[in-house]
Amino acid sequence: MIGERGAKAGGLVLLVAAAVAFPLAFPDPAVTNYGVFAMIFVTAASAWNVFSGYSGYISLGHAVFFGSGAYAMGIAARDWNITGAAVFELLPLCAAVGAAIAVPFGLIALRVRRHTFIVITIAIFFIFQLMAFNFSFTGGSAGLSSPFLTWQESVYDTRFYYIALACAAGAVALSWLVRRSSFGLRLRAIRDDEDRASGLGVRAMRVKLSAFAASAGLTATIGAVWFYYVNQVQPQTGFDPLFDLTVVLMTFLGGYGTIAGPVLGALLVEPGTLWLNTQPQLAGASEIVLGVVFLVVVLFVPRGIIPTGGEWIRRLR
Amino acid sequence: MTALLRADGIRKAYGGVQALGGVTVEVAEGTVAGLIGPNGSGKTTLFNVITGYERPDAGRVFLGGTEITNARPGTVFAAGIGRTFQLTRIFARLTVEENMLVAGRRKRGHDRRRARELLEFVGLERHAGLPAGSLSYGQRKLLELGYVLVADPAVVLLDEPAGGVNPTLVTHIADRIRQLNANGTTFLIVEHNMEFVMGLCSTITVLASGEVTASGPPDVIRSDRRVLDAYLGADLEEDPDTDADGPGAPDGGGGDGETGDAADGS
Amino acid sequence: MVREIYQAVADGILVGGVYALMAVGLTLIFGVLDIINIAQGVLVVLGGYLSYSLSTRAHIDLFAGLLITIPAMFALGVVVHWAFIRRLRGAERTSMTLLVTYAVALIVEGVLYKIYGANNVQLSAPYTTASLHVAGFYLPWIYVYGFLLAVALVAAVYLLLYRSRFGRSVRATMANETAARLVGIDTGRVGALTFGIGVAVTAAGGMVFGATNAFNANSGYDLISRLLAIVILGGLGSIAGALAASVFMITLESVVTIWYPTWAIAVFYAALVGVLVIRPRGFFGRKEVRAQ
Repeated sequence: MIGERGAKAGGLVLLVAAAVAFPLAFPDPAVTNYGVFAMIFVTAASAWNVFSGYSGYISLGHAVFFGSGAYAMGIAARDWNITGAAVFELLPLCAAVGAAIAVPFGLIALRVRRHTFIVITIAIFFIFQLMAFNFSFTGGSAGLSSPFLTWQESVYDTRFYYIALACAAGAVALSWLVRRSSFGLRLRAIRDDEDRASGLGVRAMRVKLSAFAASAGLTATIGAVWFYYVNQVQPQTGFDPLFDLTVVLMTFLGGYGTIAGPVLGALLVEPGTLWLNTQPQLAGASEIVLGVVFLVVVLFVPRGIIPTGGEWIRRLR
Repeated sequence: MTALLRADGIRKAYGGVQALGGVTVEVAEGTVAGLIGPNGSGKTTLFNVITGYERPDAGRVFLGGTEITNARPGTVFAAGIGRTFQLTRIFARLTVEENMLVAGRRKRGHDRRRARELLEFVGLERHAGLPAGSLSYGQRKLLELGYVLVADPAVVLLDEPAGGVNPTLVTHIADRIRQLNANGTTFLIVEHNMEFVMGLCSTITVLASGEVTASGPPDVIRSDRRVLDAYLGADLEEDPDTDADGPGAPDGGGGDGETGDAADGS
Repeated sequence: MVREIYQAVADGILVGGVYALMAVGLTLIFGVLDIINIAQGVLVVLGGYLSYSLSTRAHIDLFAGLLITIPAMFALGVVVHWAFIRRLRGAERTSMTLLVTYAVALIVEGVLYKIYGANNVQLSAPYTTASLHVAGFYLPWIYVYGFLLAVALVAAVYLLLYRSRFGRSVRATMANETAARLVGIDTGRVGALTFGIGVAVTAAGGMVFGATNAFNANSGYDLISRLLAIVILGGLGSIAGALAASVFMITLESVVTIWYPTWAIAVFYAALVGVLVIRPRGFFGRKEVRAQ
């Protein structure tokens, strides 16, 4: 028991050290760029998992929060004339915007379950995407550009990498805290049998909504970071229908409802996708490859790498 | 003795089909009461109405002096009525110990201690770290009983605690119920296993087609003609679980032809 | 103005019929297999491309071509079910089937993109450009024919479900799969055939869709979102609900388009959200009781 815990702690220290040392070991900005996107998706997948993985409600509407975070930062920086690194002070505001949107969203969507919940999240997603297209304060189909950042090219990616890494660390910490709290226990009880949990006095709506809002706030934060990193947001990139499916894939690949699962999944899928898109001989075929990976995952490691791998290790002993 | 739990004139119909036609059941504080009747006689429906999982068309439910008619299941539970289900409803992907903590609402340390005690009490402490979904059917029954007890309910409603469980475990479960009862917990038990019910309950209510046909102590019920007609006749044909039902069902004055004068429940 | 509204309603009903045809497959698959087929949208597009190839390469009439594309899509559906869907079991089945059908969608989309490229195409035939004039209204012939085809096919599916032995098995499986298996229904076969039929109708839906819209490999996503909204609004598993919801939603959209063309689709989704707030099970649906 102590050995296992010690091994876990040691592994965690090594992982953190590796994550911190990554841009130093690979100073090539192109590689760091992969790292930034990987960390953005580690955050997004972990945030998604805090709600969907623990509660069992599959949200395909988290892009609403990702996009709202991006737009909130863009609009606030534009309207309040904030430039430079001070923009990062807006991140808590972006988180609050995400969480604030999650409350009415959740009050409507969390009344229904399973497939109906999934579809209502998709519907609300499209409403948001269309609002971004149609309103003038969102810049319409042209979208928004990020405020100018005076960072030199040599440090630009590295700095963003550390910002995204901090967000990822926060997301993992949140997953861990929720996982071991009695709040998380109630959330997972809802996943197994919501009516029974309510019958035991669990205030299901309150629990679900809190998790939804926390998850949304985190997703909005990383959406804002992403926006600043890529310098612009359009309705179809901020509110990207593939965002949620990608996050779902990452979480399921690594291990749904686990802490390490979404992290591992994001670290495998995001760089993999980025690399596929740069391969000229695969032009247009990256979707096919991604689809095949999906099928392999679902059919051969349906419970995800972390739970299945854990089982193998236990069986070896 | 006062009635701790009272369901008064409960009516419930599903699309014109009557499930309960004005049923009154009282459970005195500190007793173990039994509720028997053939399949489809409305036992589980009555449980659902009492615990707030279904709304009655008419009638009222009281716990102590408080009316809890139409309260939500969570409110009923908080008021002090715990229940189990015929098909156990455990949280399959939580560990056994985590299951014990779902109903907890006091300080974390207190809940944990109580969970440990109760796991030991029901005999599942060795399985504490396993996913509840890996437990056997009988163990699930024990777990469901255990996690309900964490909240220290005044009344516990058990829906077929011995159904489909092996004989050794049946004895164990009966023993646990006795011990809890000795410590002050009141029980209302739905059960097909006559030996189990007769051995455990001080009063028994018989339901047939949504009506109370008889009510009284076990030896009176045992010899009630109407009970034999209503219950055993139908039950022997319909009851699917054979190994769980003790051979005790048809015994007890089966042949003495005396019409009991059990008090009518309503 | 009144005229425009009438025209919009007429369009809505005609187009709604075509959407109903596509949605019926989705709701049927849901009802029997308890899964959401994310690939349904891309399969409609595939149906459209099949008709496109048959008409441009082999010069087969769009409607006659359905005699080839419907069986082909049926076979594809059975294969997808056999290879992937039937293997999915257990607690995470909802999300797993979501992933599998999305994967199928990605692969089909990728293949279509490889073959046909990114340019939009539209099916053409003499009746795709000509219109029927009734009482001053312009009703394009393709919409009229498409509507009639949709009505015929939806009726055929309905008859199959409610007037045949196979239909009884399907409905029994919908109501209670375990019980159906206990009374000797081969629920695996029922599942495969249902998935086949659900996909087969996309061949017809795709043809009419392709004749009335310019499309490319990417068009499936917009389509599946609308179809899902329709199917949920109608009540999952309900054919009558899918029909009613299709006509309702598309009519609403086309009426709103008269005043607020850019908001029409948002109104479409907002209608879904609004109805579900009042009635969580949709028009004709069963209640969903599990979280998973």
